[in-house]
Amino acid sequence: MIAAALLAQSDNGFFRERTDSCVTDNGFCPGWFFGHIDRYTTPFLQHVFLVVVSVGIGFAIAFVLAVTAHRRRWLVGPVTNITGILYTLPSVALFFLLLPITGRGNVTAIIALTGYTLLILFRNTLAGLDSVPEDARDAGRGMGLTERQLLWRVELPLALPAIMAGLRIATTTTVGLAALAFFAGAGGLGEPLEAQKAFKTNVVFAGGLCVLLAVVLDAIILIVQRFMTPWTRAA
Amino acid sequence: MTVTASIFSTFGDALDFIVQPRTGRGGGEVGGLSNNLQLIWEHLKLCIVAMALATAIALPIGLWLGHTRRGAFLAVSVSNIGRAVPAIALLFVFFAFLGAGFANVALALTLLAIPPILTNAYVGVREVDPDAVDAARGVGMTGLQILRRVEFPLAVGLIFGGIRTSAVNVVATATIAPLAGVVTLGDPIINPSIYGEEGRLGGAILVALLAVLTEVSLAAVQRAVTPRGLRMQSSGRTPRGRLIASPRRRVTTTP
Amino acid sequence: MNQTRTIRTALAAIAALALALGLVACGGDDSDSSSSSSSGTTATTAQGTAAITKNADNASTTLTIGSKNFTEQQVLGEIYAQAFAAAGYDVKKELNLGDEQTALKALKGGDISGYPEYTGTALLSFFEVPTKDLPKDPAAAFDQVKSKFAEQGITAFPPTPFTSSNEVAVTQQTADKLGLKNISDLEGKSQNLTLYGSPECRGRDDCLRGLENVYGLKFKKFVPVDIAQRHEVLTNGDADVSIVFTTDPQISRNKEVLLKDDKGMFPPYNSTFLMKTETADKAGPDLPKTIALVNKNLTARVMQELNARVDLDKETPQEAAADYLQQFDLVSSGS
Repeated sequence: MIAAALLAQSDNGFFRERTDSCVTDNGFCPGWFFGHIDRYTTPFLQHVFLVVVSVGIGFAIAFVLAVTAHRRRWLVGPVTNITGILYTLPSVALFFLLLPITGRGNVTAIIALTGYTLLILFRNTLAGLDSVPEDARDAGRGMGLTERQLLWRVELPLALPAIMAGLRIATTTTVGLAALAFFAGAGGLGEPLEAQKAFKTNVVFAGGLCVLLAVVLDAIILIVQRFMTPWTRAA
Repeated sequence: MTVTASIFSTFGDALDFIVQPRTGRGGGEVGGLSNNLQLIWEHLKLCIVAMALATAIALPIGLWLGHTRRGAFLAVSVSNIGRAVPAIALLFVFFAFLGAGFANVALALTLLAIPPILTNAYVGVREVDPDAVDAARGVGMTGLQILRRVEFPLAVGLIFGGIRTSAVNVVATATIAPLAGVVTLGDPIINPSIYGEEGRLGGAILVALLAVLTEVSLAAVQRAVTPRGLRMQSSGRTPRGRLIASPRRRVTTTP
Repeated sequence: MNQTRTIRTALAAIAALALALGLVACGGDDSDSSSSSSSGTTATTAQGTAAITKNADNASTTLTIGSKNFTEQQVLGEIYAQAFAAAGYDVKKELNLGDEQTALKALKGGDISGYPEYTGTALLSFFEVPTKDLPKDPAAAFDQVKSKFAEQGITAFPPTPFTSSNEVAVTQQTADKLGLKNISDLEGKSQNLTLYGSPECRGRDDCLRGLENVYGLKFKKFVPVDIAQRHEVLTNGDADVSIVFTTDPQISRNKEVLLKDDKGMFPPYNSTFLMKTETADKAGPDLPKTIALVNKNLTARVMQELNARVDLDKETPQEAAADYLQQFDLVSSGS
C-alpha cells in the first residue's frame, strides 16, 4: 500500500540532501539566530507585555498597601505575611492552581506574576517611607502641611530611591519568571526556549534576550529615577 | 453556582490524590502519601545537593570579599545578573550543553543558588559595625580571626537570609526539573499523563506547601541564629531610628 | 512643588497604563496558543491550479485544530489547519496540547474541533485492546478504530498512507555488542540496560508496559524524558535503549538500529483525523474532501522529510506545513 503510493508520488525536488551542519547538530550557530530573529519577535513582545502589566499592577497595589500601612502600623505584619506567601509560591504551581479558576491565558499568568512582585514592592516602598528623617517631617509640619500634603510633597520624594530600587528588583525578577508564562498559555520568551531546548543556539539566545530585556528595563527605571530625584545627582 | 461547586470538587480531587493511592494510567500506582513522599524526597535530594554546593562555593567568596572590602562591583553584578537570568533558561542551557540527568540539573540549580548567598554574605560582612571591627583589630586579632569571631557572627543573620532566598528559588525551580529528565515533585505537574488532572493539581498544592515550609523553617532558623541585638522589625528601623540593614531584608541594589 | 507634581503625574500615568494594559489582557485572551495564524505563505508556488479552493460558505464554520506535543503532530496539525483555512474555514489553532489523553479530553470537552491521532494509539490507549487481539493490517486497524469512535460520537476520517509506529531503538554499537536484532533478543540482557522514553510511556501498552508484559523485559532503569530528546539520549550515551518513531529522520542519520517487533506488540499507526461527528456534519462536504486531499501525499518518506525540516533544519512546523501544501499543489501562494 505504501509502496504503491511511493511510486505514484512525484518527487519535485521536495526531498533535501542533508549533510551535518551546525544547525542539524544542535550546535551553537549565532548566524542562525540572526537569520531567524523574527521568530523571537512575538514572544519578546508578549514577554514585555507580561512584565510591564504585572509590575504596573503590582506597584499600584503595593503602593496603596505601603502608604496605608505606613500610617496604620498594625497592617505591616499581616500584609508582609500574605505577600510573603505569594512570593514563596513557585510560579509554576501557582499557574496550575489558578487554572481551574481563571483558565489558560494571559490573565492567569498576570495574576501569578503580579502576586510575586507585591512583597518586594511593598517592603521597599514601606522601608523608603520609614527612612524619611523625622526632621524633614517636623519641618513639613512646621510649614503647615496636612498629612496628605506631607506624604506627597515630603515623604514620597525622599522615599523615591528605595521605591525605585524595589521597582528595579521586582522588574528583573519578573522578567525571569515571565519565562515560565508559557505553562499558563501566555506565551513569552519561554515558549521558543522550550520548543527547541536541545538546540544550543536557541537556548542561549532566547535566554540572552531575557537577560537583555531585564537589563534594559532596569536601566530605564534607573534613568527615570535619576530624572525624578535631581537632588541625588552628584554635583 | 455550579462553577464554584466544580472548582471545589476539582480541588477536592486534588487533595484526595495527595493522600489516597490509586491506579494511574497504565496500571502503576500513583498518588497517596507514600508515593508522594517519595517524590518529595527526590525533589529535596536535588535541592540539598545544589544548596550544599552553592553554599560551599559562594559563602567563602562572599565573606572574603566583604571582609577585604573588595569587589563591590562584582558582588552587586552577580546579584543583578542572577536576578535577570531566568531559572528555566539556566536549566535549558545546561540541558542543551550537557544533556539530561541529575548531575547536570544539580549544576544548573547550584549556579542559580549562588548569587543570593554570595551577595548577602558580602553585604552582611560589609555592613558590620566598623567600630566593632576596629575594636577587634585594636585587641590584636588577625584578619581571619576578625572574620571568624566578629564579622561572621554579626553577619550570620543576613547570610542566612541569602541562603533562605536561594533555597526557596531552588525548591521552586526543581519543579521544572522533569523537563530535563529528573523526576521530582514537579513530575505530576509537568507530565500529568499517568497521574491525571487531579494529580497535576495535587502536585501543585504539594509543591506550594513544600516551598512555604522551606521558607518558614529557614526563617525560623535565621531568627534563631541572628544575634539578639541585631534583630529588626521588617520596617528596618532600630529603636534609635537609624536605618541599618535588616537581616530579613533582601539586598537592594542602590549603589 | 514641581517635583511633587511630576511624581504624582508619573505615578498616575504608570497606574493608568497598567490598568489599561490589564484591561487589554482580559479582553485579548484568545485560544491561539501558537504563533500567528496561518494567513498567507511566503514561499512561491508551483505552476498549476491548487487542489484546495476557497469556498465562501465555509467561512461561517470555526474549526479549532489541536495536536499532541511532538514534532510530527505539530506539523500535521499545521497542515490541516492551513488546508482548512485555504478551503475557506475560520481556523484557530491549539497545537502542542500534550499527550494523547490530554488531546482526547480537549476534543471531547469541545476545546478543540479536531486533531490527528494514530490508529495504534487509539487502539491501545483509548480502547485498551489486548495485544493478542490487535489487528496487524492497517486497514483493519482503521476500521476497528472508526467503529469504536463512532460509538462515542467521534468521526475518524480515512487515514494517511504513512504509518509511524513506536520503535525500540539502540545504537549500532549496542546492537553489535549484544547481538540484538529483535526485541526479544533483549531478554536476559535488559536488566543491565537503561530505557529512556516519554513520560506517558510509563503507562502505555505500546511502550514500557508492553515491553514488560508482552516481552517480559525488566529494565535496570526507566527514565522519563521529554519526547523531543528521544534520539539525543542515545547519541550522548545516557540511554542504552530508547523509544523512537518510524518516521524519525534521525534514525538513518545516526545509524540507529530498530529492533524487530517479533511478538507483535505494536499495532499499525496510521494517522487519522478525529472530529466530533456533529462538528463534522456542520462543516459540510469540503471537510472530508480537504482531509482526503491532504492525506494523499503523506507517505512515510514525505512525513520523514517534514519531520527533518523541523527537527534538523530547525524550521517551524508552520513553514514545513506550508511547504508541503505548496509542493503538492494543494494550495496556491498569496494572501
